[in-house]
Amino acid sequence: MRRRLILSFLLIALLVNAAAVRAQAGNQLRFCLGSEPKTFDPLLVADDASETVRYLTGGVLMRLNRRSQQLEPELATSWRVTQKGNAITFMLRENVRFSDGTSFSAEDVAYTMQRLMDPALHSPTGDSFRSSDGKVLTQVAGKNRITITFSAPIVGLDKLFDQVAIVSARSPQKERAVLGPYYLAENKAGSYLLLKRNSNYWKHDAAGRQLPYIDSVRLDIQQNRDIEMLRLTRGEIDFINSLNGEYFDKLAARAPQMAFDAGVSLDSEEMWFNLVPTAPLPDYKKAWFASTNFRRAISASIHRDDLARVVFRGHARPAVSWISPANQFWFNQRLRPHAFDRNVALQALGQDGFRLQNGVLRDRGGHAVEFSVITNAGNKDRERMATMIQQDLGGIGIRLNVVTLDFPSLIERITRSFNYEACLLGLVNDDLDPNAQMNVWLSSAENHQWNPSQKAPATAWEAEIDGLMRAQAASLDVKKRKQAIDRVQQIVWEQEPFIYLVNKDALSAISAGLHNAHPVVLRPQVYWNIDQLTLGTEVARNR
Amino acid sequence: MRKLVKHAGRMVIVLLLGGFLGATLVRIAPGYGVDEEELDSRLSQESLQALRQSQVHDRNLASFYLRYWAQLLHGNFGFSVALHEPVRQLLAERFPETLKSIGMGLAIGWMFGLGLATTAVMARSSVIDVGASLLATILLCIPAAVLALLFVIAQAPGRLVIGLVVFPKIFHYARNLLVRSVALPHVLTARAKGLGGLRVFVWHVLPVAAPQLFALAGVSVCIAFAAAIPVEVLCDLPGIGQLAWKAALSRDLELLVNLTMIVTLITLLANSAAELVAQPMRAGEV
Amino acid sequence: MKAFRVTAILFLVVVSATCLLADFVAPASYAQQFRDVPNADCSSQHLLGTDDLGRDRFSRLLYGTRVSLLLAPAAALLSSLLAALIGGSAGFVGGWLESCVMAATDLFLSLPWLFLLISVRALLPLNVAPFTSVVITFGMLGLLGWAGAARVICADARTLCGSDVVLLARASGSSGFRLLWRHVLPNLKPILYAQFWISIPVFILAEANLGILGLGVAEPLPSWGSLLRELESFSAFNAHPRQFVPLILLITTVSCFHLALQKEEL
Repeated sequence: MRRRLILSFLLIALLVNAAAVRAQAGNQLRFCLGSEPKTFDPLLVADDASETVRYLTGGVLMRLNRRSQQLEPELATSWRVTQKGNAITFMLRENVRFSDGTSFSAEDVAYTMQRLMDPALHSPTGDSFRSSDGKVLTQVAGKNRITITFSAPIVGLDKLFDQVAIVSARSPQKERAVLGPYYLAENKAGSYLLLKRNSNYWKHDAAGRQLPYIDSVRLDIQQNRDIEMLRLTRGEIDFINSLNGEYFDKLAARAPQMAFDAGVSLDSEEMWFNLVPTAPLPDYKKAWFASTNFRRAISASIHRDDLARVVFRGHARPAVSWISPANQFWFNQRLRPHAFDRNVALQALGQDGFRLQNGVLRDRGGHAVEFSVITNAGNKDRERMATMIQQDLGGIGIRLNVVTLDFPSLIERITRSFNYEACLLGLVNDDLDPNAQMNVWLSSAENHQWNPSQKAPATAWEAEIDGLMRAQAASLDVKKRKQAIDRVQQIVWEQEPFIYLVNKDALSAISAGLHNAHPVVLRPQVYWNIDQLTLGTEVARNR
Repeated sequence: MRKLVKHAGRMVIVLLLGGFLGATLVRIAPGYGVDEEELDSRLSQESLQALRQSQVHDRNLASFYLRYWAQLLHGNFGFSVALHEPVRQLLAERFPETLKSIGMGLAIGWMFGLGLATTAVMARSSVIDVGASLLATILLCIPAAVLALLFVIAQAPGRLVIGLVVFPKIFHYARNLLVRSVALPHVLTARAKGLGGLRVFVWHVLPVAAPQLFALAGVSVCIAFAAAIPVEVLCDLPGIGQLAWKAALSRDLELLVNLTMIVTLITLLANSAAELVAQPMRAGEV
Repeated sequence: MKAFRVTAILFLVVVSATCLLADFVAPASYAQQFRDVPNADCSSQHLLGTDDLGRDRFSRLLYGTRVSLLLAPAAALLSSLLAALIGGSAGFVGGWLESCVMAATDLFLSLPWLFLLISVRALLPLNVAPFTSVVITFGMLGLLGWAGAARVICADARTLCGSDVVLLARASGSSGFRLLWRHVLPNLKPILYAQFWISIPVFILAEANLGILGLGVAEPLPSWGSLLRELESFSAFNAHPRQFVPLILLITTVSCFHLALQKEEL
């Protein structure tokens, strides 16, 4: 009898233990990263994969709610920006600890800001705060109050703190000590990352239960989108943050409850001509590309509706401007997409002396109009768009050669050798404030893609854009800024240095086992509320 | 002994040359020292310049190579800029995985390739020959990436794909070699004298084809290594092939030079071993 | 066996004739996009349906076959000839030449040629006509694909040099290039055949992969390689039998070539 009791006890203990192990293994969120994170230092983040790790592990003073697009307090309970717009004061949350147990104080915020703004660090996040030269001053008043003063006003100063993950000034673990919901527990380079729940995370739900609900997050490095999709349908991963139209439609047909279209995103796809005066191109081609009429004609002969319908299966809309219609406040509502009209295109070309002869467009000098467009290999949507544009331009007698290149070769051509004629790429945009794109629009900037690093603006309209962008950056009056940005959009719409093609929808796929997920347009679309997400029991059962 | 030393010397020279040529190819190809981050519109002018400077670590190839060898002599294989880990650690983690895959792939490829070629030739059956040739052609025509994808879908072990990639090549070479050997006068005589199929094959056919088959064995190691790249990438096997792909995409010079040297070394070892085994056979035959 | 061979030859004649007459046989241009019916199923208008951009798959298959059927065997021939010359000479002459050639072969088998191809792309102008681009690509493949076969051929040539056939030829006064050309190289045929057969599909598939480097067949010109690339995004999720037609045609054509030209009876 006694032996039987002991045996029963052992059996029950084993079963309970097995169930506990299963629950532990099952309560793991899994998804894929497209590439290896380039850094785990939250202050140096520049790529998507590192950004994901920062979002999941980093604690910030305030967070932009991706759904309401409003700032919400996190480590700072309140804040106030000075009237001049060059200083911000934070009141910090008390009794907060880093993942390694080190306590959090204003000293950590001061340390983070000093490190972030160190010119030698060359942090992209830090550069967002750099509107002028000069040092940043941090004034710690007690354990929980800090004032940060910049040398010049910064537009949208408070929103920039959404990107600043606070690092510890004293922890021996340095940037590995975190304040976010998870900490990096394991990194198998090139294979996967394992994040575990931060037991010191300060946030609790309404019932007083510590967040996050999910114990661990496994990020598999997987470059192949097809396999990522396959793994989702098998239940091996829980969501795909960003999906293309082709897979979205297939998923929607098979499992509509898993496919989510959050509407038009902030990202755009565009094409531009090389206007660099020193580019190794024949002079007659440089003259074509420099002509506004030529660029307008190309733009008018591209059937954007077809691009959106065929390439993106209707999950995109013709683009108008460098600001997406999703950015409701800053988008210039008066502008409309350039309509597809070959007659308009031929008229514009005629003004510059181009003529159509036996189906071939020729310039004044008799040169047949032929040019190449480069795009990054492996991006099927861009390859398809380029092929469709090829046929569209064929309609006005232009021969377009599509060349796909591996990304490093492409970047070398567009940033160093300038040995290209036209380029088709996309602009990823995370920031609602157009000021974040200063380095694209200033003619002196390196990212002024069509003709970077100009000593003086090459054209009158570029000079006007320079003036407007500088004026909006120096003003804290939102109305005035809006007027300036509207005018910049108008100029770009007329001059078309970038020929905007489409704005894609934010598409994602979420397994039925993941609860509380509300995909949005802003990154990270699916897991923006990571600490609120829960996994159903069916997921635990399958793992 | 002298011959062995000479051979080893030749191997070292080829190895050095392989590393240097590999480094040269990577270094002169466009895209070296270029990073996607350069397109980040948040970066200030100074940060962008600093980023560009930081990526061109080794302007002078000769000095890079000398530094690399000095490091290597101290047991330091360098550091992977793409995966942020010492190359030695990466290789140690991933090499066993690839060795397992390639070992299994070669075993399957040779077993089926040579097995089917032998059966087709010795059985003198057109049906078997056409059937086996068709199977080999089918596998030859399906891209390795598609085969790997099919295995992922079927949740089958990805390692087998390497075997399926190696098999048709072994089969085609082996079949053609054996067909010629079978037609040699002394084999025909042996058959006419009524010797059994197995005996004819082992004593008369195989010795004639052996040196070439050993050469093929050396080459098949390279074929398997090449097949490991798409297979490991698609089947998510953390091996050298996957590492090579990641290194190539990010122009990771130190990692690529190490991988080139490893592949060169393995090629040399496989081919030398094949030669060593084949030489006495050829000598005996002559 | 004869019946097999006749059928194979007939098939090849039909395929070649259809492809050569593609301009007349194809229901549409390979580049024409029927944008209202992308990804259409098979119908009387589009026998094999349409692709992502609404292009007629059947027409693209015909034109793609024409490009690949012409150039892949040419590249395979080039690589086989190089393998024969380099491997054959090394095995025949022996000594230091053999050592050098074998060392070069080892290097050829180990170097990351991907970067050479990237450099070649950089040296080429961007405005290369699609056909020129594909000729360059197959040429490169032919020039780089000889090494593996050269090793086996070298071993074969060495064995042959000690064989009765060559000894007899030497005894009858044959030497040097004549001996190599008349007696050694013809006996290397079985391996050269194998190299040739293997190279055709391998080059066709490699050409498709070179698309990511800006080499290969440029849009809108189709090739077997670019049509087979579609299969790389194949999954149980989007399986369509029509996707396999290029693969089946490639397998059938290579097999028929094999049968039609195979001289060695078992």
